[in-house]
Amino acid sequence: MKNDNINHAEAAAAFLQDREQARWHDSAIWWVRQKRDMQAKQLPEWEQLRALAQQIKAHTLSRLDDYLQQFQANAEKNGVTVHWAADADEHNRIVHGILAAAKVKKLVKSKSMLTEECGLNPYLEQHGIEVIDTDLGERIVQLRQEPPSHIVMPAIHLKKEQISELFHRELGTEAGNNDPTYLTHAARANLREHFLTADAGLTGVNFAIAETGGVVVCTNEGNADLGTALPPIHIASMGLEKIIPRLEHLGVFTRLLARSAIGSPITTYTSHFHRARPGGQMHIVIVDNGRSDILGNDDFYQSLRCIRCGACMNTCPVYRRSTGHSYSYIIPGPIGSTLGPSRDIKKHGSMAFACTTCGSCSNVCPVKINLHEQLVLQRKRAFDAGTLKPAKKMGLLAMRFLTQHPSLMDAGGKVMRKVVPIVPENLTRHSAWSRPGRALPEMPEQSFKEMWQARQEKKS
Amino acid sequence: MKVALFIPCFVNELYPHVAMATAELLEGYGVDIHYPLAQSCCGQPLSNNGDSQGACDAARRFTGIFKDYDYVVSPSGSCTAHVKHHYPWYIADNADYQALQPRIYEIVEFLQDVLKVEKLPKPVYFPHTVSIHQSCHGLRELGHAAPSELMIPYHSRLERILQLVDGIEVKQPERRDECCGFGGTFSVDEPEVSVAMGEDRVAQHEATGAQFIVGADPSCLMHMGGIIRHRCRPIRPLHIVEILTGRGGAA
Repeated sequence: MKNDNINHAEAAAAFLQDREQARWHDSAIWWVRQKRDMQAKQLPEWEQLRALAQQIKAHTLSRLDDYLQQFQANAEKNGVTVHWAADADEHNRIVHGILAAAKVKKLVKSKSMLTEECGLNPYLEQHGIEVIDTDLGERIVQLRQEPPSHIVMPAIHLKKEQISELFHRELGTEAGNNDPTYLTHAARANLREHFLTADAGLTGVNFAIAETGGVVVCTNEGNADLGTALPPIHIASMGLEKIIPRLEHLGVFTRLLARSAIGSPITTYTSHFHRARPGGQMHIVIVDNGRSDILGNDDFYQSLRCIRCGACMNTCPVYRRSTGHSYSYIIPGPIGSTLGPSRDIKKHGSMAFACTTCGSCSNVCPVKINLHEQLVLQRKRAFDAGTLKPAKKMGLLAMRFLTQHPSLMDAGGKVMRKVVPIVPENLTRHSAWSRPGRALPEMPEQSFKEMWQARQEKKS
Repeated sequence: MKVALFIPCFVNELYPHVAMATAELLEGYGVDIHYPLAQSCCGQPLSNNGDSQGACDAARRFTGIFKDYDYVVSPSGSCTAHVKHHYPWYIADNADYQALQPRIYEIVEFLQDVLKVEKLPKPVYFPHTVSIHQSCHGLRELGHAAPSELMIPYHSRLERILQLVDGIEVKQPERRDECCGFGGTFSVDEPEVSVAMGEDRVAQHEATGAQFIVGADPSCLMHMGGIIRHRCRPIRPLHIVEILTGRGGAA
């Protein structure tokens, strides 16, 4: 679970103290953005695909209730048990109920941001069930007892040396052996043991198909497949926006997903689950947890089109220089900075300001969410909810007044131009502008207005 | 043709020579320039910090001041993008604004799309290497160039207009259109991230071997300029109108 009290600016400043690690983080993630560009460039129809994906999702959201009911009916025809959870707590209770009924002691999980959102791991652990995350990145952050820093690459904030130390401590690997292949083999051996001894498997859902009642899970490690093939119980947890109408629509999204996410043409595994295996059980838990409220909001409903590819994080210059751990909501970066404030503006208001409004996120988004605009619209909610610091609010109200009174604004500008050059540098050095290493602009003698008026007088 | 200059508040105070170069450039093409003295801030800082009441009042005021001109032209991509693309958040059904909106232009757009210029008013020889800074709002909201994220044919307004300058060599930095980190009040809300982004950007521009960073947005140039001055680097930020009027080499 994440600490809600994180203030992005403060956390980011702390992260940037180690400039070398920060530079490495920025380059590692920029490299993924470049891979995405290379893949996208190879498809002449890339922009058409994005438009199509946007339209399919927009259509689905406009008839979400119909498609969800159709999905439930078809899943039940396949013998799947469908559960509805209004919020995180109900989701956790449902999952625990299924596991408790079957006396499950160990659950293997493939990556699911929804279960992070719901805080499922701590809930089940409190109820005596061992939970093992099986995605390598998720396993690493689970062993470090910290939240994922990225929705697709959960441990992207760590270097191999840090993982080597962790594995030495937790899995007994050789001290100082930083070889990625060696470390991956060690994780694999450890996870294999857990797969073989688990009583149930839980997966997320990338796409749920109304027409077939089936769910699709995309992974690169095959961990969702082992986690569902070995234990007899499969629970799939999904947010209610994961639905698409028909199987024929899936290709649009699978072509976009991995290219956008990690710059590969497709995920290694695209697994379709329709029914439990003979003698087993399959459950699907459909979770609302605030999504209906977002759906009803004109400014933000488009954020429900998200397919959780993480491309907006990879391109975000602020995310790359601050890590996912600087954001208070479990989903960081641009998409998290609209979803978090939608959930709770008082807790997550600072996220909406962690953005220069450069707009790169809206352009990489495979479903064309107007992310950078949503962040500005979330700031309106932050302003109205009174979450701005008093000094900032005062400054804005002063600006509001000056905007309506240009002669006072001109007078203020003149004072600034005359005073700043004579203020000793050690007084301005600690200002927010100058503190991190940025000189104040040079102050010209005259404003343009003064120059223009003098010029007009000379002319006449 | 009556053209009004929209000079953003910080340009008025801090970059009067950029505003003057804009006026001279337009006059060089025989345009009848007006500068409405009642103008103030367009309200972007208010809008970007969630003050919708203040932003709405600013939008109404701007519309009242500029509505009777044939065109409104500004040397700032970001402020132009705000009045052209974000005012509808506040005053979409204002009839005066609806009529004004299509007549608002950033200076390079105005030269290329309205005046359709094929040469500069007076020839400019600028024997230097410049690195292009594509500012985000000009790039992604006004369409100044093909953003690197979109898989569309490449074009760049700034590169195209710089072809009219003799002797100039134009380069692109690595990560051709990454944000410089200014972001308006972001620069002081998150100063450490802002400066870290700016330092990276300046270093990428320097790595092209350019003597100048050239852009169409004074705010980004101010931010990068502050970092350059702090670090005593030789590269200099320059607004594109300073080159197009032949003032750029003066320093």
